[in-house]
Amino acid sequence: MGKFRELTQTDITPKSVYFNRRQILRAMGFAGAAFVGGKVISHFAFPPATVQAGTKLNVASRSSFSTTEPVNSFQDVTHYNNFYEFGTDKSDPSKNAQKFRTSPWTVSVEGEVKNKTKYSMDDILKLAPLEERIYRHRCVEGWSIVVPWIGYSLNTILKLAEPTEKAKFVAFESYYDPGQMPWAASSGIVLPYIEGLRLDEAMNPLTLLCVGMYGESLPNQDGAPVRMVIPWKYGFKSIKSIVKIRCVKGMPSSTWNIYAPNEYGFYSNVNPNVDHPRWSQATERRLGDFLKRKTLMFNGYGDQVASLYTGMDLKKNY
Amino acid sequence: MREFLRQFLLSRWSKVAVFVLCLTPLAWLVWRAYHSNLTANPVECIQHFTGDWTLRFLLLTLSVTPLRKLLNIPDLIRFRRMLGLFAFFYVCLHFLTYLWPDQNFDLTGMWKDVAKRPFITVGFLGFVLLIPLALTSTKGWIRRLGGKRWQALHRLIYVSALCGVVHYYWLVKSDHRLPLLYGAILAALLLYRLVTSLLKPRPAIAVYPAS
Repeated sequence: MGKFRELTQTDITPKSVYFNRRQILRAMGFAGAAFVGGKVISHFAFPPATVQAGTKLNVASRSSFSTTEPVNSFQDVTHYNNFYEFGTDKSDPSKNAQKFRTSPWTVSVEGEVKNKTKYSMDDILKLAPLEERIYRHRCVEGWSIVVPWIGYSLNTILKLAEPTEKAKFVAFESYYDPGQMPWAASSGIVLPYIEGLRLDEAMNPLTLLCVGMYGESLPNQDGAPVRMVIPWKYGFKSIKSIVKIRCVKGMPSSTWNIYAPNEYGFYSNVNPNVDHPRWSQATERRLGDFLKRKTLMFNGYGDQVASLYTGMDLKKNY
Repeated sequence: MREFLRQFLLSRWSKVAVFVLCLTPLAWLVWRAYHSNLTANPVECIQHFTGDWTLRFLLLTLSVTPLRKLLNIPDLIRFRRMLGLFAFFYVCLHFLTYLWPDQNFDLTGMWKDVAKRPFITVGFLGFVLLIPLALTSTKGWIRRLGGKRWQALHRLIYVSALCGVVHYYWLVKSDHRLPLLYGAILAALLLYRLVTSLLKPRPAIAVYPAS
């Protein structure tokens, strides 16, 4: 049991040779193909460097929303992932997502908005100064991590889109390509992965449109090139590899809610008092810890978000 | 060849070999722990590992009877008790990972958890049912209980294995392939017993003709 130790901020793994090796191999492979295949393929062979996983990002500031708790290691956060498109074992995505093509990438902002827009990843990276935000991240399965995410508040992009009077919710959709994600077929869930927030939740400054972590762009298995991070909700709400952000009138459906409505509600706020039907949510294991710790209401973000739910019965609206 | 196999199965060394084989999963786990190779969540990894091997040993134990009949190797019976006791050994480790890192030896908390959550309840039941079987696994107990009663008691392993499969099925979120595979193997092993018991010519109730 001596192998369990306290993780400190200095434990953040330096740039992983693993990823770079894969990238080099991939670049070589694509370069070879380009040589044969010409223009179309060369587009994939030499994508804009800004959206490759593992690219250094210019972080303008560290957000005051950041926690001072010790950050989990880069190794842990990149090898323990729920990303069912790339396999249902938490060690699968780190292997299976390596060849996932995240460039070119388009995010479409649409629905009940005045300015419907299609953004390239380059556009997204330039919309606002990038902040580092160290958030607690709590999975519905009862484990948690602390991650230095990079991005900016989702409301930046929503304000530019100008939701109409009718917009009450925001629906998100992940990229889905069975060709690149053959593991998805046996995942048991309906894809593409979809998620949703109430508009006021989406506008809350804590709600992060995330493009990177640990100083770099997102690794593929962590939801490259752009994902949501909603720190007061269970991890599955923080949808990965987003291609659509749609403002809508009615409450949108979401992947896990479709799968088991009695287990995964629309809100899915972290709540130690409302258990998952099959297991307790009162405690959680922070990766790296031996014993469990108490789970905090709204994952400890009550000061910022509790007011969103005044008057609501959170046992009913789980 | 067959004679050689028989000689080996009946020798002392075959039991030693099976014993060592049964310990290799644990050795593997210790090796991985020593090399910090237990994923980002070592506790969960050990929990799943010991749970998997409990189920595998239960199914192995239940395979002994069909195999010895289908392959006509009756001497396989020599290993049944050992396999069953190893299932109990791995389930004890599995239970300890729940009692210690999960519950921190908080027995009231554990009890509440067992009572409230079907997935824990059924797993706990599967574990508890194996305790009397492990305790009465000796020759002395077979004698004390008598063959028939002992056998009836030890049929609890069917229920225990079923609990194990359901426990696994309820744990998994959406990809049920593995629990269903274990379930299918268990179903086949139980079906074999049902069919053979139905086909077995029952000792006819002796009807003595009136003299």
